[in-house]
Amino acid sequence: MGLIVFLIVVVVVLVWVASAYNGLIALKNQTVNAWKQIDVQLKRRHDLIPNLVNTVKGSMNFEKDTLQAVVDARSKAMASGGGVRETAAAEGALTGALGKLFVVMERYPDLKSSQNVRDLQEELSSTENKIAFARQLYNDVATGYNTKQQQFPTNLVAGLAKAEHAELWELEDKAEGAVPQVDLSLQKPQG
Amino acid sequence: MTAGLNLFEQQARNRRLTVAWLALFILFFAWLGFGGDLAFYLAAASRTEGQVAYRFPWIGVVVTSIAAIVAWVSWRKGPQQVLWSTGARELVAPQTLEEKQLVNVVEEMAIAAGLPKPKTYVIDDPDPNAFATGRDATTACIAVTTGLLAVVNREELQAVVAHEMGHVRNLDVRLMTLIASLVGVIVVLSNGMGRMLRGSGSLLGGRGRKGGGPLLVAAAIVFVLWVITLILAPFISRIMAMAVSRDREYLADATGAELTRNPGALASALQKIETHEAPTTHIKEGAAHLCIADPLGRDVNLKDGRLADLLATHPPMAKRITRLKGMAFQQLKAAGQLPAS
Repeated sequence: MGLIVFLIVVVVVLVWVASAYNGLIALKNQTVNAWKQIDVQLKRRHDLIPNLVNTVKGSMNFEKDTLQAVVDARSKAMASGGGVRETAAAEGALTGALGKLFVVMERYPDLKSSQNVRDLQEELSSTENKIAFARQLYNDVATGYNTKQQQFPTNLVAGLAKAEHAELWELEDKAEGAVPQVDLSLQKPQG
Repeated sequence: MTAGLNLFEQQARNRRLTVAWLALFILFFAWLGFGGDLAFYLAAASRTEGQVAYRFPWIGVVVTSIAAIVAWVSWRKGPQQVLWSTGARELVAPQTLEEKQLVNVVEEMAIAAGLPKPKTYVIDDPDPNAFATGRDATTACIAVTTGLLAVVNREELQAVVAHEMGHVRNLDVRLMTLIASLVGVIVVLSNGMGRMLRGSGSLLGGRGRKGGGPLLVAAAIVFVLWVITLILAPFISRIMAMAVSRDREYLADATGAELTRNPGALASALQKIETHEAPTTHIKEGAAHLCIADPLGRDVNLKDGRLADLLATHPPMAKRITRLKGMAFQQLKAAGQLPAS
């Protein structure tokens, strides 16, 4: 009788360990995957920027500094390592530079009315949004993963699953946090 | 967010409801099929006294097989049929800026929800409306009218698409497709069997011996109940489908707000849709419960109360907008962006 109870307890514990382990692995993969989604969008933004710069360069020769800031921020972002913090900082700077460029572009009516520029601007705005939403998803998934590996009793198998704290993509400071809001107001085609 | 249920609770609830609906409909079909057999069996038994003259439950078997086939076909083909009936065209190569925006916004919301990108459709109709359909996230389709594209700005379009994405993520689309196919089966069966009965009514008739005894009375009662269900089935199943669709709208509103983190945009989009309230001529009754706003422009959806609770496919627009504005207010308060009052 005692043996049967013992065996049942062992089986229950083993089943729990397996399911907790698998749950953690699933969350880990989701986190990695969510990060890859951000990467895809960041790369798309890096590819789009030269097009935009070349298109507006001719009509915006008064704004060399603004354009140069975008180009510099882009090369810095592309050169940054794979870490969450460095990527977040470099890409945040690029978001800021692009936001300034969009604000400046508002002052050039012929630029705004050009079909090509409008299409490019829509593409870039959309990519900015995709980055923001991919980041939102990544932060949500990573928070879930972090919480799970800290919570009792899942934390007992965290070592077994080689679970590590996933760093969140946080906006560097309030000033940068405010930039996407400027973007949003620009995305309205009309009032 | 302020949603009463979180995502996983809502998904679990939808899965449970899907199972419950399937069970309910199976019982219903069993009654439609074998209830008729029971009546005939009792009637036959009362005539032949002891000897079983009615052995094979042929109504039940025929009804069950027809129901299974029709339900399966409409489950597989339902979403395409809905899209086809509204005249929606898939947006493969977007031409205008508006269409490009739509494709982009759908992709953005798919990223926010962490789901595969659904197919995007456009319906050429001046009334602003939108709906989602499909069996799961991989077969999901989102359709919007050209009227919607013309009326809303990018943020509001994003909010509307986020609401539809909410239906996809919450698995509402699956439940809706399932219910639509089951309701369709009931309508088909009830019509078909009504026609059959007119031909075979004499089977039960009092041409047997006089009196007939308690068995014949039982047969008559079962038969009357059966016929009543047969007549009422289409109405009852539609009302049930409407009730299921209604409380889902609030949840999709909340999920949409969670995806965009911008409940105010959905509130203003709903306001614009409401002020343009005219029947969406391309969307027929069959797809009404899928839409973000009632395409039939029925007054019953604007009111609150018993009758509206029973007949409307959508909760009152004013209530939805109030809830969203409440969420927006909470958000501002949390961010400390409200002027001190």
